Amino acid sequence: MADDAGAWVYAVAGGIQREWLDGVSGVAAGSVHSVAAAGLAAAVTAVNLAEFGEEALRDRLEDLSWLETTARSHHSVIEAVGLHAPVVPLRLATIYHGDAGVAAMLAERREAFAATLGRVAARTEWGVKVYQVARPDPRASAAGPVRPAAGGAGAAYLRRRRMELSASDDSRRAAAAGAENVHAELRLLAAASQLRPPQGPQLTGKAAAMILNAAYLVDDERSGAFAVAVENLAARHPGVRIELTGPWPAYSFATVDEPETAG
Amino acid sequence: MTGAAAPRQTVPPPSDAAPQVARGQRIALVDLLDRVLGSGVVVVGEVRLSIADVDLVTISLRALISSVSTAFGAGPGDRDTPP
Repeated sequence: MADDAGAWVYAVAGGIQREWLDGVSGVAAGSVHSVAAAGLAAAVTAVNLAEFGEEALRDRLEDLSWLETTARSHHSVIEAVGLHAPVVPLRLATIYHGDAGVAAMLAERREAFAATLGRVAARTEWGVKVYQVARPDPRASAAGPVRPAAGGAGAAYLRRRRMELSASDDSRRAAAAGAENVHAELRLLAAASQLRPPQGPQLTGKAAAMILNAAYLVDDERSGAFAVAVENLAARHPGVRIELTGPWPAYSFATVDEPETAG
Repeated sequence: MTGAAAPRQTVPPPSDAAPQVARGQRIALVDLLDRVLGSGVVVVGEVRLSIADVDLVTISLRALISSVSTAFGAGPGDRDTPP
């Protein structure tokens, strides 16, 4: 019944034409339609609140395969709209009571959405992750097998351990300095930047420690220059590995409540 | 019949100079969740998870972590569930 009618919102744009959503599949394999109000439009899928209510959602967010499918659907709808117009992505699992609720939200937030749309127009988000490269330290390996030396085995061990520790300190320091350079240089090319928490090794599945997880909002006409800068930085900083991701819809810069410029 | 039709590229590049990093590639789940859960506009939905946004991310990341550690601990396709 009406009580069960939910509206999952993906994104807000200045307007959405029906053909942009042709063949686009939303969450729960639902179709996507547009809700227009107050000079804005939202991309929406009708969902059943028995499946997408608070309790059901909380359980499902724990289910990784559901979460992955849903996150990919959410993202692909945002991208589909973003191909044609500036778009403000909404966070996963933003749900209203039907299209009327969505229209009311658009009207209420009209100015904030318009301002954000203006900020992200003709710009693209790029992600840059910097990892510390784990290099086998020459000093440590040159020490060779532990042999009783002057002062005995214990003293030799401590000497070697000290060298290892200072070598790992050095490479950590070098990597941190490298990451700082990377960010300092890239933010100059960006209209705005945001530092996100680095992802831990359990999440990345990589042995190398992530030391920078940054997002940059770059003018589309500077995308090429930005990519070249990333490549040059990678060549200049052998102590770190740099990963570029994107193009992304402006997830990291789509704040409505607290607008922010260059970071 | 084989190899006749290459998949049609329906996604135009944003601009000629733009690097094409992720287009056509599957986005890493961890990067995707980092964005769809960790950012994006938060408006107060009428149907809203009553838990805080931070918790929302935590829940999902916990699911992700357990899946990653499972992936490392067991071979692919191993359906046995740990005790």
